[in-house]
Amino acid sequence: MDVLGRYRNLIVLVGVLFAQVLGLAVQVKRTSDSEPTRLIRIWAVGAVTPLERMLVWVQTSTGNVWHNYFYLRGVRAENRNLKAQIERMSLEQVRMSQDADQARRLQALLAFKEQFISQTMAAQVIGSSGSEQSRSLYIDKGENNGIKPDMAVITADGIVGKVLHAYPSTSLVLLINDQSSGVGAILEKSRLQGILKGTSAGEVVLEKVMSDETVPPGEMVLTSGGDGIFPKGLLVGRVTKVGAGSDLFLNIRVRPAADLSRLEEVLVVTKIDERQAQPEQTGAARAVDILAERLPSVPPKPPENAEKGDTPESAAPTTPGSDAKPKALPPTSAGGASPAAVKPTKPAPDAGTAPMPPSGKPPVPKANANGADAVKVSPKKVSPEPVPPAVAPKPQSSVQDSPQ
Amino acid sequence: MAITTYTSGEQVEVYRFSIPATILIPLAAVFLQAWLPLRIHFFSIFDLPLLVVIGFATARRSPLAGLVTGGLIGILQDALTHQPIGLYGISKTVVGFGASSLGIKLDVENAGARFLLTIFFYVVHEVVYFMIARGLVGLHMAWSWPHEFLSGVANALLGVFVFLLLDYVKQRT
Repeated sequence: MDVLGRYRNLIVLVGVLFAQVLGLAVQVKRTSDSEPTRLIRIWAVGAVTPLERMLVWVQTSTGNVWHNYFYLRGVRAENRNLKAQIERMSLEQVRMSQDADQARRLQALLAFKEQFISQTMAAQVIGSSGSEQSRSLYIDKGENNGIKPDMAVITADGIVGKVLHAYPSTSLVLLINDQSSGVGAILEKSRLQGILKGTSAGEVVLEKVMSDETVPPGEMVLTSGGDGIFPKGLLVGRVTKVGAGSDLFLNIRVRPAADLSRLEEVLVVTKIDERQAQPEQTGAARAVDILAERLPSVPPKPPENAEKGDTPESAAPTTPGSDAKPKALPPTSAGGASPAAVKPTKPAPDAGTAPMPPSGKPPVPKANANGADAVKVSPKKVSPEPVPPAVAPKPQSSVQDSPQ
Repeated sequence: MAITTYTSGEQVEVYRFSIPATILIPLAAVFLQAWLPLRIHFFSIFDLPLLVVIGFATARRSPLAGLVTGGLIGILQDALTHQPIGLYGISKTVVGFGASSLGIKLDVENAGARFLLTIFFYVVHEVVYFMIARGLVGLHMAWSWPHEFLSGVANALLGVFVFLLLDYVKQRT
């Protein structure tokens, strides 16, 4: 008894440590499907996150008051710049719409199935795990808002991670730079596929690319869609360093496009649709029409009766099969008429089927500050608004030529 | 013949903390550890819950109280991560027990002793965490002595202020 009393503290220490090691071993041994510690985690999250949520609310409210009422300096200049940017983007959109039409026709021929983001939910980052060994974040949306594990989390800049645990009102998001994370990725130009993983130092590397391949620094990395979580084509980041790795693989370091250390708002992809391009959506097109859309054309000759005050449009022949077919005009300068105005109309393509911008950046709309409502976006769509008509109409031909 | 020294258990001061302080201070430490790195990015090198464990343990000078406090704070910290629960729990249990045991033997009331004690227990904490994470959980972790030592110094500097704050809420038994 004296021995037990003398070493009581040590015995208790050994007992407590043994119990914790045993619990740890049980957790490691179990499959990831079962979650024996969920109750403890819910209690801990329930104890900590309400305060985080409140502080974030106070911070956001204060920031909104400042930005919306006091700090309006430079808004006029910013508005002017944004208008100019819209003009430039409209021109770019015209070009991309034509590419998209062509791509859809080809996809229809190949019975190609495409994935696109059909619904997202804006969420605010309210906390982190607080550990360098667990690179994860807490967001203010949970099961009650329809969040489920394995949903992709993105920003306008690039992918962020995936939902690991969904609690009633919060969710834990595993970042792509955590060492237990894995994302299917593809290099934009070389089309080499690999697995994107985090390191213990918080860096992101692309693994499983053979060492005999050439990967230039600066090349963009996109999601490949192979992981079943992220749709194909979302921007991941850029290659920063390429070196010899272990075995037969390259060691490719990637800088994430999204700044993972400064996240405030994110979008949770709550719904991904997959569908096959339908030929009837795009309509049959003859090769000559496609060429007509792409080639610059000579402006129609002013009609003879222009002097009489008639406009060229009203005088242009409209009979099908006549020589003066409607053709796409080349893009005008930013200061000129808007592309929609100079182009004949055509029904806008469906949401979610517009092409990726050349930058590869997922054109996701800025997250709503309150994040209450789900926002419908597409990774391949330039804006949430319907794409304005920008492509020349197809002539109504009774002969259905094969496309291209 | 009983020998009484300056550092014997009979002569050192033993403190206690009120129940609200016992609950709220660790909660606040875990909360700040989870919240501040989002705003102050370099804050992730600090381990505020560890400083609270050391502060509580050295003030109470009870190994049992130290290991229980350390274990609970560690488990709370674990629960916020996606790693298995027990990694921080075990590490902080060891630190809580060690800090309170050492607190009985040493005078830990001055800032210099606290500074050195914090560096020592920070390294102990990281070594235990590293061993369990590598050996039991199978995490791939890199060990760097310079990084750990510098982090220990940074934590010790912060610890001196944290212990001063704890001095205000501790009560003499």
